[in-house]
Amino acid sequence: MTRNVDAIVIGGGIHGCSTTLHLCLAGLKPVLIEKDYAGRHASGVNAGGVRQLARHIPEIPLSIRSMGIWEKISDLLDDDCSFESYGQVLVAENEEELAVCRARVAELNALGFTHEELIDAAELRRLVPAVAETCPGGVVSRRDGAANPAQTTTAFRRKAEQLGATVREGMAASNIRYSDGLWHVDVGTETFAAPVLVNAAGAWAGKIAADLGEPVPVETVAPMLMITSRVPHFIDPVVILRGRKLSFKQFKNGTVLIGGGHLATPYQDRNETVLDWKSLATSAQTVFELFPVMRSATIVRAWAGIEAKMKDDIPVFGPSSRHKGLYHQFGFSLHGFQLGPGAGAVMAELIVNGGTQTRVSDLGIDRFHPSTL
Amino acid sequence: MTVAPKREDYDVVVIGAGPAGLAAAATSAEAGLSTLLLDENIGPGGQVFRAIASTPVTDRNQLGADYWIGADLVQSLRASNAEVIQRATVWSLDRNLDIAVSIGGASAFVKAKRVILATGALERPFPIPGWTLPGVMTAGAAQTMLKSSALVPDGRTVIAGQGPLLWLLAAQILRLGGRIDRILDTTERGNYFAALPHAFAFLTSPYFAKGLSMMREVKAKVQVVSGVTELSASGDGQLASVSYVAGGKRETIPADLLLLHQGVVPNVNLAMAAGIEHRWDDLQLCWSPVLDASGNSSVAGIAIAGDGAGIGGANAAVVRGRIAARAAVEALAPASAAKLPAMATLRADLAKAERGRLFLDTLFRPARQFRIPSGDTIVCRCEEVTAKDVLDSVAIGATGPNQLKAYRRTGMGPCQGRLCGLTVTELMAQARGKTPQEIGYYRLRAPVKPITLAELAAVPKSEADVKAVVRG
Repeated sequence: MTRNVDAIVIGGGIHGCSTTLHLCLAGLKPVLIEKDYAGRHASGVNAGGVRQLARHIPEIPLSIRSMGIWEKISDLLDDDCSFESYGQVLVAENEEELAVCRARVAELNALGFTHEELIDAAELRRLVPAVAETCPGGVVSRRDGAANPAQTTTAFRRKAEQLGATVREGMAASNIRYSDGLWHVDVGTETFAAPVLVNAAGAWAGKIAADLGEPVPVETVAPMLMITSRVPHFIDPVVILRGRKLSFKQFKNGTVLIGGGHLATPYQDRNETVLDWKSLATSAQTVFELFPVMRSATIVRAWAGIEAKMKDDIPVFGPSSRHKGLYHQFGFSLHGFQLGPGAGAVMAELIVNGGTQTRVSDLGIDRFHPSTL
Repeated sequence: MTVAPKREDYDVVVIGAGPAGLAAAATSAEAGLSTLLLDENIGPGGQVFRAIASTPVTDRNQLGADYWIGADLVQSLRASNAEVIQRATVWSLDRNLDIAVSIGGASAFVKAKRVILATGALERPFPIPGWTLPGVMTAGAAQTMLKSSALVPDGRTVIAGQGPLLWLLAAQILRLGGRIDRILDTTERGNYFAALPHAFAFLTSPYFAKGLSMMREVKAKVQVVSGVTELSASGDGQLASVSYVAGGKRETIPADLLLLHQGVVPNVNLAMAAGIEHRWDDLQLCWSPVLDASGNSSVAGIAIAGDGAGIGGANAAVVRGRIAARAAVEALAPASAAKLPAMATLRADLAKAERGRLFLDTLFRPARQFRIPSGDTIVCRCEEVTAKDVLDSVAIGATGPNQLKAYRRTGMGPCQGRLCGLTVTELMAQARGKTPQEIGYYRLRAPVKPITLAELAAVPKSEADVKAVVRG
């Protein structure tokens, strides 16, 4: 039996959940389909960085839009998502790196963006007292912070369900087809039909797009993270390095999350990843050098989430270039978590109003396929 | 002295030097395979033969004849060409059979053609009110001290729980002159009837006579209370008393030490982290790996032997170790397999060693009230999460142990779920009206045992990463 709804969202990551919620807020009745459970992959196990800092210019407007939602996330979700805002700091380890930082901030300022601020050695030391003495400065984005990714994604799903969304977890969307002006999707023994289909399937989205005739240059990756035992509080902001692959965050409970984008081997069909300890050792060595206080901490666990990475490192976001009623929201390339709240809001505007005030035109799939619509 | 592995590649790497690992490594090496045995203790033996090569207890009767079987296993291992490294903590194993091991504060990586996991068992969590108080410990911890250091309790001591190991420990404590004030037997009365159909096999197994004489020996010296329910420990920052109900009457007795034990369960952490499929065992009430008759797991090249393959006891563990090793020999050096006992013989030995197990599993199946706590009783010790906290999280949408992590951090502390995992699965299954199989278990990840950042930093890097850093 076919059940008619207003929109079908495939993928229960933060993007699919956020879009589902915002469609509910706009008065629609969507269905969310997730093959595992909400937040099972990258959205639930990423570093939780809420970062405008160091973003690609085409996605900055979306990031800024999202930041406004993050700052009132409790009002939206009735859940604080463990969001905290101590800023994010990009550390330059030498003068050459600082020069790159200076040029970047000047470029942003010329474009009218002011969220990134160049800082000198003294301000860096004030923000991150534990950082090595030799670092000459960096960039800060003061409104940035971090949240608990699994808590956040689950909160979006829960709120969407409360507002009337239908949620199907543990069953994959299959047999996606368009007929009589409606998208039809099978889920287990059910079939849903709607005028709108949102492809927010993360690492699985590329295949959906390709099956619908819109292949894009995307690969599946699994960035690794590791977390330490509790150490005395020594750092507030999230720290990332300009020159080396490292990101670093201490939680309230004292544990320290170490990331930076070294990759595990994904086994997508099995929902598994195999870690590369020799790369993680590189991260450990960087922390060892920069933060002597961390040397005796123990590594308690390491993991990796499966996600989609575009060849040009910016997401595919917006309407299909070939099919009416189809929208893409994937390929966030290791930096999609912060964008989730804003992307859901903007996607709902695109679907409901046919347009948005937030500039997202550089993110469309038409950069790979000229529009035939 | 720190000894790193002599090679980077081995035919067979055996992890764990308990009965299964000792037998597996000796068998594999005897057949001529390059064999490495890694064990995290200071000497071979595992828990059942702990300190077999070093125990200060010299009177053989005190630890029992079964303990000294371990000496023969160690003897045949030492006579073989197997390379053995003690104090070697394996912290990562993956489906490519890459193994990371920490030895004396430095990590090494080895690769195997076959891995035999013999990581044994853990004591089942026993979450009663007050189980986190100083003065409450597991029977296994007490036995470790007894075997390795001849230490026995001398304060007011209560032992509570059930299972063959509880009686063995009680007998060992008494033989070494230790003190036990009371034994609180939590075996449910219904279990005796449930176990009855399996009694014949048990009566004709080696467990029967030994078990019976041990219980008789203990009962002659200590007051044993049976049918105990509503057990709790209390005290102000330190255990002061133990309270329970038996025969419809509540009793509270002063105590300095409470030893808890309700059986053992497979130690699944390394196997699960390697991606091996496990299923919920409804009789033993734990996760057991899915294995074929030779112990091969769902991950090609990894076999599991011993109690990690499902609780079977020491005798079965030895045979399972030999079976897994023989299967490895058949795969890697078929010509050498002829030297070893035939598979049919080994399987017959295993059937004999497992005789009576069904009776024990049924009789000593722990009661629901001691597996699934309620209210303020702590479930996760690392993060101090109570049963009520878990249920509250279920109410707002936590559907399984992995979702619960996001709400409560259960299983994310240093014990990596060893002390709360089974409780969380069963508690959530009960709350959601699902089976434990449907609820699932924590996804476990390496390092299976924590390593220091400094140790990881010192690991040799891959060439690509060194280049990436240089490029900046």
